[in-house]
Amino acid sequence: MSVLVYTESEQGKFKKVALEVASYAKAVANQLGTTVTAVTINASDASILGNYGVDKVLNVTNEQLDAFNAKAYADVIKQAAEKEDAKVVIVSSSADSKYLAPLLAVGLHAGYATNVIEAPSSTSPFTVKRTAFTNKAFNITTINTDVKLVAVSNNSFGLVENSGSASAEDFAPAIPEFGVHVQSVDKASDKVSIADAEIVVSAGRGLKGPENWGMIEELADVLGAATACSKPVSDLGWRPHSEHVGQTGKPVAANLYIAIGISGAIQHLAGINASKVKVVINTDPEAPFFKAADYGVVGDAFEVVPALIEKLKAFKAQQ
Amino acid sequence: MKILVCISHVPDTTSKINFTEGDTKFDTNGVQFVINPNDEFGLTRAMWFKEKQGASVTVVNVGGPETEPTLRKALAIGADEAIRVNTEAIDGFAVAKQLSKVIEDGGYDLVIAGRESIDYNGGMVPGMIAGLTNANFVNNCISLEVEGTNATAIREIDGGKETVTTSLPLVIGGQKGLVEESDLRIPNMRGIMMARKKPLQVVEPIATEAETSSIKFEKPAPKGAVTLVSPDNLDELVNLLHNEAKVI
Ligand SMILES: Cc1cc2nc3c(=O)[nH]c(=O)nc-3n(C[C@H](O)[C@H](O)[C@H](O)COP(=O)(O)OP(=O)(O)OC[C@H]3O[C@@H](n4cnc5c(N)ncnc54)[C@H](O)[C@@H]3O)c2cc1C
Repeated sequence: MSVLVYTESEQGKFKKVALEVASYAKAVANQLGTTVTAVTINASDASILGNYGVDKVLNVTNEQLDAFNAKAYADVIKQAAEKEDAKVVIVSSSADSKYLAPLLAVGLHAGYATNVIEAPSSTSPFTVKRTAFTNKAFNITTINTDVKLVAVSNNSFGLVENSGSASAEDFAPAIPEFGVHVQSVDKASDKVSIADAEIVVSAGRGLKGPENWGMIEELADVLGAATACSKPVSDLGWRPHSEHVGQTGKPVAANLYIAIGISGAIQHLAGINASKVKVVINTDPEAPFFKAADYGVVGDAFEVVPALIEKLKAFKAQQ
Repeated sequence: MKILVCISHVPDTTSKINFTEGDTKFDTNGVQFVINPNDEFGLTRAMWFKEKQGASVTVVNVGGPETEPTLRKALAIGADEAIRVNTEAIDGFAVAKQLSKVIEDGGYDLVIAGRESIDYNGGMVPGMIAGLTNANFVNNCISLEVEGTNATAIREIDGGKETVTTSLPLVIGGQKGLVEESDLRIPNMRGIMMARKKPLQVVEPIATEAETSSIKFEKPAPKGAVTLVSPDNLDELVNLLHNEAKVI
């Protein structure tokens, strides 16, 4: 019996969330007095997983799995869980993992807890804390089934290094019929995605028009951040829909969220509440966002952002 | 085509979130309930199929009698009939189990659910019903076309989108993008009158076991006041982010 973790990769490279869920799996394994097995799909070098507490890696290499397919991936993880007799299975909260996890839960007859933000407070009964009501509350949940499935909220547990090394084993599971076939993918590959980003620079209608996003992108570049926007901005077509964050858009659980020219309507906050530190730049001192923020600058974005870029460049140069 | 739209009855986003009974129950006092926004996009897309291609549209909710006004609203928007499975929605799996029974009994070709509900945000029900009924499944779906038994969908992925093809029976986890927001419908008087005459069937639940149990709720600690930094002193902001918040 070990804890099984699915460590996602993209073009062979592990995503940051993969290392985070490996860290989480190690914490659970310590509580249970057992080991961590990771399952990887078409990852090029899994040795790094040892640094995050993984004891053994099951490497799946299969061209059919080059493009993500929820059903097939869920089935592969299920076979890995059965092979390892895993009682706890851990996945991330990436769009892909949240797509495959309900299928996996059904396949494994596993009780499934989503948006989990801490290591279990008890393993018997298996009790976890998760966010609810779009981050306005927490829910303490127990999983009652023999096999448990946990989706860890991105950026909630963090990366925990463990000096160790993982043994590797090739694993060749049976691949089921796909059912859903990818025809084309439209993705900006050179950009940090909102889900993976530790820092997100977001701007709203206060920016007045799409032509003013140059400084937002520059600020994001300096910080190695992803860019995001409020709903009206994507509705107006100033920015792509994939950048729209909030209740009806993407959730953001970044370490730092910088909101520029965004009023802070409740539907917007719903998507970003899980972020740890929030900075707001807004001309209106009454903007509701100041109530949710940790740091604020009351000022004109067109003056503050270029000045902040210069300050940050100087700061980075010193580091 | 027979379409089933799963409707979650959720507190309006602007609701104050409070708990009662020793923080074990959501306090519904003074809370306005609405059709879950992701489900409303799905319902509107179902209406489009009905009007443009011909389809019957059934809406379903797992919940007590208090959810009926939400189902009536869906009928007033244009759904043909409604089903309420008469049991408390205790967890995602229990809901998915009940819905799968409704799907098997009704023989639906297309099941439209929302990507997630805005109360528990589980995002588990659509995938679980696909798993339980052996249907194809497309999550985070922002566009859907059906021709005969073939479907083409676009789904949002981290950092972009993806076009997929699949076939019926199909379950989707839908969201904004399935229809334009301007296409969302507000029930008119005629719709409301007609909804009163449309069938709302109450079915009794099948036996299920709770795979998870909610023990209690907690609210986040009250947040401290914002630290304001003058626009003329951005060095201080950089300093605070580096030394105090330790995020850069
Ligand atoms: C059901 C529902 C779901 C919704 N879902 C979402 C969602 O997911 N995400 C979302 O974002 N919204 C959502 N909304 C919309 C939300 O209610 C707000 O309308 C939206 O967030 C406002 O966007 P904004 O702050 O960019 O624009 P505005 O409300 O126009 O605010 C712009 C802000 O910019 C400031 N500003 C103006 N000029 C400058 C300047 N030069 N420098 C600095 N600041 C300046 C202004 O003071 C103002 O605070 C939803 C609404 C509903 C009803």
